[in-house]
Amino acid sequence: MPIEIDIAHVARLARIELSDQQLADYRAQLGVILDHAARVQELPTDGVAPTSHPLDMVNAFRDDVVSPSLDRDEVLSQAPDAINGFFRVPPSLDNE
Amino acid sequence: MKWEPVIGIEVHVELETQSKMFCGCAVDFEAEPNTNVCPVCLGLPGALPVPNRTAIEWITKIGLAFNCSISERSQFHRKNYFYSDQPKNYQISQFDVPVCHDGWIDVTVDGETSRIRVNRAHMEEDTGKSIHVGESGRIHSATETLLNFNRAGVPLVEIVSEADIRSAAQARAYAQDLRTVVAALGVSDAKLEEGSIRFDANVSIRPVGTEPFGTKVEVKNMNSFRSLERAVDYEILRQADVLDQGGTVDQETRHWDEGEGVTHSMRSKEGSSDYRYFPEPDLLPIEVTEEWRNEIAATLPELPSARAARYVGLGVDADSATSLAGSEPLMVMFESSLAAGAPAQVAANWLTGEVTAWSRRESTDITDSALTGQHVAQLAAMVEANSLSSTAAKEVLGHVLAGEGDPADVAAAHDLIQISDSGALESAVDQVIGENEDQFARLAGGEDKLIGFFVGQVMRVTGGKADPRAVTDIIRSRIG
Amino acid sequence: MTDPADFTLVEAAAALRAGQQTSVALTEAVLTRASLTEAAVHAYLTIDRSGALAAAEAADRRISSGRAVGPLDGLPIALKDNMMTRGLETTASSKILAGYIPPYDGTVVARLREAGAVFVGKTNLDEFAMGSSTENSAFGPTRNPWNLDTVPGGSSGGSAAAVAAGSALAGLGSDTGGSIRQPAALCGLVGMKPTYGLVSRYGLIAFASSLDQIGPLTHTVEDAAILYEAIAGHDPLDATSFPGPAPSGTVRLGAGVSGLRVGIVNELSGQGIDDEVMAAFRTTVERLAAAGAEIVELSLPSTATALSAYYLIAPAECSANLARFDGVRYGLRIDGGTVDEMMSRTRADGFGPEVIRRILLGTYALSAGYYDAFYGQAQRVRTLIIQEFAAAYEQVDVLVSPTAPAPAFELGAKTQDPLSMYMQDICTIPSNLSGHPAMSVPVGLSTTGLPIGFQVMAPALGETVMFQVAAAIEELSDDIGRPVLEVVAS
Repeated sequence: MPIEIDIAHVARLARIELSDQQLADYRAQLGVILDHAARVQELPTDGVAPTSHPLDMVNAFRDDVVSPSLDRDEVLSQAPDAINGFFRVPPSLDNE
Repeated sequence: MKWEPVIGIEVHVELETQSKMFCGCAVDFEAEPNTNVCPVCLGLPGALPVPNRTAIEWITKIGLAFNCSISERSQFHRKNYFYSDQPKNYQISQFDVPVCHDGWIDVTVDGETSRIRVNRAHMEEDTGKSIHVGESGRIHSATETLLNFNRAGVPLVEIVSEADIRSAAQARAYAQDLRTVVAALGVSDAKLEEGSIRFDANVSIRPVGTEPFGTKVEVKNMNSFRSLERAVDYEILRQADVLDQGGTVDQETRHWDEGEGVTHSMRSKEGSSDYRYFPEPDLLPIEVTEEWRNEIAATLPELPSARAARYVGLGVDADSATSLAGSEPLMVMFESSLAAGAPAQVAANWLTGEVTAWSRRESTDITDSALTGQHVAQLAAMVEANSLSSTAAKEVLGHVLAGEGDPADVAAAHDLIQISDSGALESAVDQVIGENEDQFARLAGGEDKLIGFFVGQVMRVTGGKADPRAVTDIIRSRIG
Repeated sequence: MTDPADFTLVEAAAALRAGQQTSVALTEAVLTRASLTEAAVHAYLTIDRSGALAAAEAADRRISSGRAVGPLDGLPIALKDNMMTRGLETTASSKILAGYIPPYDGTVVARLREAGAVFVGKTNLDEFAMGSSTENSAFGPTRNPWNLDTVPGGSSGGSAAAVAAGSALAGLGSDTGGSIRQPAALCGLVGMKPTYGLVSRYGLIAFASSLDQIGPLTHTVEDAAILYEAIAGHDPLDATSFPGPAPSGTVRLGAGVSGLRVGIVNELSGQGIDDEVMAAFRTTVERLAAAGAEIVELSLPSTATALSAYYLIAPAECSANLARFDGVRYGLRIDGGTVDEMMSRTRADGFGPEVIRRILLGTYALSAGYYDAFYGQAQRVRTLIIQEFAAAYEQVDVLVSPTAPAPAFELGAKTQDPLSMYMQDICTIPSNLSGHPAMSVPVGLSTTGLPIGFQVMAPALGETVMFQVAAAIEELSDDIGRPVLEVVAS
């Protein structure tokens, strides 16, 4: 069964801008990998609960206590663009 | 065609914990930008979330207050979407197993009570704040965006109603009641204007008498109960208009524009969103055992509906009871007035009347005024003893609120004490009778409406301080 | 006399205690070794010469005043460059993090600092730990000190190569599908992945959160046990951290294997495994039997599907974990007219092809309409694997298999074929999915002089018996010695 992949949609969801050629290449590679990965569908798993965490533990919490925050200058020193204590990014939508 | 609106409300409540949901940064909106941030809430590489136990207890409290079932085991999920004020580009939220599910509250509009079901209340984290900088200040023409992550990771409870609401007024009542309960629980300051409680409405319409839901439109950006009601009303009419003209309603998100009184479509480049929820591998399931749930239940305060019923039982009229029970400061003042011995209805009238009006006028919380429950009780006793008229009592109340002293001192200082000493009143009555013998003869002859004239004259002579009831009694005794 | 750069941790610690060595001398020795080998091996992305020497001087002051803080005090160690080190560049071998200076130490790094360890520097890895050869690094590949034409394995290839070459006495790696054990096998080292939750992940750049664990790469089993004990233990900053005490690694070393039941996993010990690797595996099993272990053959049928499940679960988690690299708060930014364009260009330019491949794979596996068939089904297979392991450990104390299907391969041999590269982890992945501990011990050399590893797996929190068996295997095996280094003067 060939696997359907809308690779442009997937790349868009993942916010990775790719050329048409790149999209086609990744589409082909994903097809091969997913063909192999689809073997998980061959095992009977009726009534089997999914595992999202290997250890069967519950309830790890912290107390509601304030601890020190980071120094802003140190934080912003790593920012690609910052001004007046804010991170700065381009606008959300196209100018119209 | 006649249309019936079908409305559901989604509410986001910011919890007022000391620290954030998954890290120890302070929850503090006054702070300088990006000063309450750490590796966790900034989404730095390698950082891991650890949930705040108090937030879990508080959402459980909220769920119990809305008659929800509490999941024995619930789970966090990652909700994946890119947005620059969301540090990890996923939000830690809940998906198929929220902490609270299947509750309800009763909402009354114009004397008619309806049960609105609560689908769920789940735990999540807030985003940072974006400031869109541009000439007009509008998002569409912004030239850049500034980001402040102080709010990122603040605990957020989302409460989702079923689509049980059938009018804009009912939507408003549901929202108001919900806010009142959340405020009473003491888990959030629940201020609409500051965004610590936020309401979105899902609105659709269907022909009256039919079952299937119409296409749902999400309406956002209402920052008062009034604008919620207006926005829902507008949206109902808009959809009816579209359908009546043979059009179709688009499933979309629309922004309420308070100034223009209309909703605008939020155009988005993204097609239908695909959040790719999956169980958050950095966090363990939450197990609220029966024991823990009971401990939390024991900390629930008396809820407004129960409290209002109790006040009615004390003789307070239903409207005042609801007002008193629904406002934390009024409730506190009322309770302390009762404790100091004030009669319930008298205290209720003052608190919902003059005191509330004063608070609005002065933009001052009652709790920040000089008024105490002791004062209310004193004042009531003075009226009861006829040493203050009810009009004078209201004036005294204003002075006490302004911090001029206790009621006795204020009444004396403003010369408002009623003369109820019978000797003084009798001589005043006799003086007035002496000055108006003709009229007195007519009164004695049965022209009873002249009693008002005589009471008025006595009030003039006493400078308005006579107790009118006592004066009336004395005049009548003179008629003999 | 042995060059101090070739000391084990235990030997070095003894020399420090005896006053025969100083931490500064040990540190100078590994730095000198690095200066001779790095041009050829490229194990390190960053060597922190001044930081290391300062830490060594501080250690020497403690040791000479009798205040040594433990068995690692003063010992030079290499850190994989996906662990946060405050003030020291940390990149995960990605262009998207080039130049990034973290404002905090991860928990493991902080614990080792307190234990007096000297950090030589940050080692190369496959970008974001995605790979099995350390070729997927934005900063160039690492080569295997045993044969510079071959890969050191991956993704912790830099740490493995550094230790094999003597440019650190021990190293830390991270293991998501075999990224410690496979390079250990290929570089002739002991490499160990603890039970999931025993070592804090706080400050480890996440690849697949439900699979990642930090662990040691060392010359000996005892060194691995000591380093494991130093980093294991509950951390309140990691909600998935095991709250109880960590099992001892050292307490049963030397106790032998007499009476222990050792299970051979048929599915992991036959098909697809190189003949020489199988021969070394069988020899080792015979030696264990001769030493008194009871050998049991077992079938764990769902492990045959483990690779498939892994290549859905790990990419799904990574697609979310790597979403934060968006050009907003740190790291690379490629400009765009809108924030969306900026993010999409930054990520396209900042991530290498293998990372992009896995992000796309994971995004797809989680997306609407495919979740149940792919990600959801993989999680159910994971449950089956855990159940099968649990049943197996009712019958045996440990399970064994080869570590890697073959000795080190040549650079470039598998870069064009992702699936054949993924097959490298066929024996190691099941323990990541089950969360159980596993380790690799060197048991011999191939005819071409390349190391071969042997894997010991144990039930959750079964570290004590795992180290016990691994130490016995080390004892029973011929010493493979050290690589003959082709020294290139820099």
